[in-house]
Amino acid sequence: MSIDTETARRVAKLARIQVEEDALPALAQEFNTILGFIEQLNEVDVDGIEPMTSVTPMRLKRREDVVTDGHQPDKVLANAPDAREGFFAVPKVVE
Amino acid sequence: MSELSKLTIAEARDKLRAGDVTAVELTEACLSEIEGAKALNAFVHNTPEIALDQAKAADARIKGGDAPDMCGIPLGIKDLFCTKGVPSQAASAILGGFKPEYESTVTQNLFDAGAVMLGKLNMDEFAMGSSNETSTYGDVVNPWRRGNEDTALTPGGSSGGSAAAVAADLCLAATGTDTGGSIRQPAAFVGITGVKPTYGRCSRWGIVAFASSLDQAGPMTKTVRDAAIMLQTMCGHDPKDSTSADLAVPDFEAALTGDIRGKKIGIPKEYRMDGMPDEIEKLWEQGREMMRDAGAEIVDISLPHTKYALPAYYVIAPAEASSNLARYDGVRFGHRAKLAQGDGITEMYEKTRAEGFGDEVKRRVMVGTYVLSAGFYDAYYNRARKVRALIKRDFEQVFDQGIDAILTPATPSAAFGLGEMSDADPVQMYLNDVFTVTVNLAGLPGVAVPAGLDKQGLPLGLQLIGKPWAEDEMLNFAYCLEQSTGFVEKPSKWW
Repeated sequence: MSIDTETARRVAKLARIQVEEDALPALAQEFNTILGFIEQLNEVDVDGIEPMTSVTPMRLKRREDVVTDGHQPDKVLANAPDAREGFFAVPKVVE
Repeated sequence: MSELSKLTIAEARDKLRAGDVTAVELTEACLSEIEGAKALNAFVHNTPEIALDQAKAADARIKGGDAPDMCGIPLGIKDLFCTKGVPSQAASAILGGFKPEYESTVTQNLFDAGAVMLGKLNMDEFAMGSSNETSTYGDVVNPWRRGNEDTALTPGGSSGGSAAAVAADLCLAATGTDTGGSIRQPAAFVGITGVKPTYGRCSRWGIVAFASSLDQAGPMTKTVRDAAIMLQTMCGHDPKDSTSADLAVPDFEAALTGDIRGKKIGIPKEYRMDGMPDEIEKLWEQGREMMRDAGAEIVDISLPHTKYALPAYYVIAPAEASSNLARYDGVRFGHRAKLAQGDGITEMYEKTRAEGFGDEVKRRVMVGTYVLSAGFYDAYYNRARKVRALIKRDFEQVFDQGIDAILTPATPSAAFGLGEMSDADPVQMYLNDVFTVTVNLAGLPGVAVPAGLDKQGLPLGLQLIGKPWAEDEMLNFAYCLEQSTGFVEKPSKWW
């Protein structure tokens, strides 16, 4: 599998990271190096092996479905780059 | 005064209880060492006011006869831990200005026991790195130097600030986190002890997430006993982390008997790497001899899928990172890019993340995005998770054969120069974690113990890998090794 500039552009878009056009070929090259390293995994016989979901087998705990936290909008918004009237503010989303 | 910062936790605990020293004196000694050690760039956010308040409170508790082991012990805290009201940036520009409104469980446990926070420690950005060169705060410098050279060396990473601070006696101990070797590799590079506990032993709540199925917090200390004492306070069940284990925590310090007679120590043949320096091979051999002399049985074992641990890690960790780091979008916390006329929300995300993340973080987020994307999920991500299951099975089979712990080198080399790897491709840097990463993939406990110096005078470490939830026994093996090697060397002060 070889990654071209077009794939690098698509991955950057999916990851929501702006990458300048002239940086894409070098990025594609880096991906190829890393993916070339990862390709070794194809040597392993994984027939009949279940993909690991949890490294320590344990049943997830359950608790009563009740509110345990909340009512602190000021704290929630305290670190926001832009917060107004109890909301996070972002650029206009709908035209 | 500076002698006080050189104390171990155990020594300080005894002196505090005996009234020979106060927590305020200990804290002031450390603060003054930190002030004089700017050249190391280990501490990046100092919190002297918090430290002195905590120290005064600790002194009052000690006077009242209520002194847990960590009471009054001055610590450095890795920047990955969220600490209430104190910058917690994970060494990333994207979390610039972020001051959490809450405290991580691990730091809360330490503070509840009376520990003192001196400040936040430098690290690789989002814990992604093995040399502490990806930090927004700049490189950390290893207090050790090669012979008489003044080349600046890496302290390792990602817990490089923690490692340098403990080795340079700026604090008595520090917290670290370990996703692929980030406690054990830097501990080995600076000649201190570093423990990664069993996955689930320490709560991950309030620790900035890198790869959630691999991340574990642990202590970085001057001795194995200190690691036992500090881990005791850090760990325990936490309802706020659904993967935190609801299991009784053994008394780690009480387990340090030094008696390992009749125990079986496995030596995995796959850890004998091509091109491994002779000195590392020799150190490993010495470790085997020491444990044999102490009465353990040395058994050759095989962990056949070892070779595939790093490639599996470099699918799984970036995949989880791409998901975890999706939250840095410029909306709820941290940095938001300045927008141009007409920019919408997508431009805000893309510019914010381009400005806020460093190159290595971007690389891993994008690799993770790729391996999780439609059409590649099975070929990469699912295959890696299957290989991970096989790596874990390798260990289970060995432990089922009666092996009590596994002895390996901690790193494939001693500390290298800052910038020396800058022309190498990313994969070369990843090879630093070749001996440590299997442990994270299998969820096992591991400890790096300093074992000797190489011919350039740099520390080298050995690693012991324990059975799940058997940190007590693993630490006893480490204690035995520590007694046998008698490693007490310290870097000569140049900073």
